[in-house]
Amino acid sequence: MDITQSHSAPTPQALKIAKLQRIQDFLFHGITQFFALSVLIALLGILISLVINAWPALHTFGLGFFFSQEWDVVNGEFGGLIAIYGTVVTSLIALLIAVPLSFGIAVFLTELCPGPLRRPLGTAVELLAAVPSIIYGMFGLFIFAPLFAEYIQPALAATLGQVPGLGILFSGAFNGIGILCAGLILAMMILPFIASVMRDVFEIVPPVLKESAYGIGCTTWEVVKNVVLPYTKAGVIGGVMLGLGRALGETMAVTFVIGNAHRLSASLFSPGTSIASTLANEFGEAEAGNHLSSLFALGLALFIITFVVLACAKWMLNNMEKKQGLKT
Amino acid sequence: MNNTSNIDQAVFAKRKRANKIGLSLSMGAMVLGMIFLFWILSVLLFKGFSAIDFNLFTQSTPAPGSEGGGLANAIVGSLLLVGTCTLISTPIGVLAGLYLSEYGDRSRVAAITRFVTDIMLSAPSIVIGLFVYAFVVAQVRHFSGWAGTVALALIAIPVVVRTTENMLRLVPGSLREAAYALGTPKWKVAFMITLRAAQSGVMTGILLALARVSGETAPLLFTALNNQFFSTNMNAPMANLPVVIFQFAMSPYDNWVDLAWGGALLITFAVLGLNILARVVFREKVQG
Repeated sequence: MDITQSHSAPTPQALKIAKLQRIQDFLFHGITQFFALSVLIALLGILISLVINAWPALHTFGLGFFFSQEWDVVNGEFGGLIAIYGTVVTSLIALLIAVPLSFGIAVFLTELCPGPLRRPLGTAVELLAAVPSIIYGMFGLFIFAPLFAEYIQPALAATLGQVPGLGILFSGAFNGIGILCAGLILAMMILPFIASVMRDVFEIVPPVLKESAYGIGCTTWEVVKNVVLPYTKAGVIGGVMLGLGRALGETMAVTFVIGNAHRLSASLFSPGTSIASTLANEFGEAEAGNHLSSLFALGLALFIITFVVLACAKWMLNNMEKKQGLKT
Repeated sequence: MNNTSNIDQAVFAKRKRANKIGLSLSMGAMVLGMIFLFWILSVLLFKGFSAIDFNLFTQSTPAPGSEGGGLANAIVGSLLLVGTCTLISTPIGVLAGLYLSEYGDRSRVAAITRFVTDIMLSAPSIVIGLFVYAFVVAQVRHFSGWAGTVALALIAIPVVVRTTENMLRLVPGSLREAAYALGTPKWKVAFMITLRAAQSGVMTGILLALARVSGETAPLLFTALNNQFFSTNMNAPMANLPVVIFQFAMSPYDNWVDLAWGGALLITFAVLGLNILARVVFREKVQG
């Protein structure tokens, strides 16, 4: 009797507390949701402010802006092709070099590395990823570029430069700095990123799968090639795209070594420019008007390209995580 | 019979050879990666240590052509920028992370936020600089330390959000349920139970965000800019290590380039130190 009574009639004080708590919970939900949404708002804000500021240039030059080689500050003629070309080519060079190397590192860390070394070496790779990009830039300009000009460029010109058709890519003066050098420094920079993502996805392969392959007599290499790689395909591609996203948007490492010349040249030895390095060099001194607006248009192009690349990367990595959730 | 076993031997030898080649290439890649790391660090140590002396910490950046000078204004500026950035991004990031982990299981808003946060994690930092320029600098018509802080916070927040969420998810559900069973309201569970249990994980996230923004240069170029003089006025252009390194390294003056190496060494050590600290904090939590 007593018990049912206390259940059916809570004291007014308890009701008050319950009400207060409900309000507090409502507020808590609202506040945290607001801050979570602020990230979304920031992204929309970035997009909108870029479009608004890029509009005068896009209006003046039309969509042809993205296909025009012109970049004449004095006469106010602007086109983004050279910068976009530089961004894409340096990133592709970086991927071409960094992907096989990071694959090797990931295989080493997951399959070959003796147990006690696994953790320190993994940490070392992650620390390499944490080194600020401006350090890579300085290293590239002062240490790598002179060595590159003295030893690697002549060697490349003497070998690959002699191949018909391909030769034009490796011709020209041995300056050190240029598109190829920027690509190499970028490769060094994204190498640890890609390697640590690849290592993480390699680690989710169920041991049973690998052990059964070993059980029927596969070599380590065959296990990597026929079991690990097919199982983690989506994750590996996601990691590579993540690296590509980094490379496309990288500013400091590239600005130091690309040469910053608005010139389109077939040779990879010649100086060029990328979207990010054009922005870093010219934005501070740009006059309001078409120049400033054209720089915003370049920024918009960069943002859209990286957004698409990163969204693909994320989508693939998410699928990978879902797979892991189902299988284990 | 003899014949087939010979073929088997050949196939076996071939497979073994492929294995050997593949694994040695993989080991070679690892060695190359480590060479890069040690090469970069040794160059930094070698060039940086010769530039570091007492003056570096007490004098401001020198004028063009003048001798001596240090990085005092840039060091203080960087500390101020990174400090205010941490003060802004920590509450925002932690609360947003709380939302994603406590309310985010079936909500569409949370799924989209998570996706966007992941993209913002690697969005080009120079574009964030452009945004802050358009949003803050162009409106108030001058470069300022605050604008730099905002730009850095935009980079730090996604890092804090994602690590906070991941760390809160590691807290066992039974802990939350025990608190609910005592009649604790949700906000109290989130603040007093979940967040407290994940304390060191959240710290790790904040430290990683700090490490990330300490080395960022691109977003500061058009926001905090640079200042040749010692200044703690957040409303004026503010000297900071990354931008000073950028300008000095590209300059023709030898003493500027030396200072740039000194600054580069300081920044790298700060960033790597924060990273290692973050790992230590996290590992202690896992073991304890």
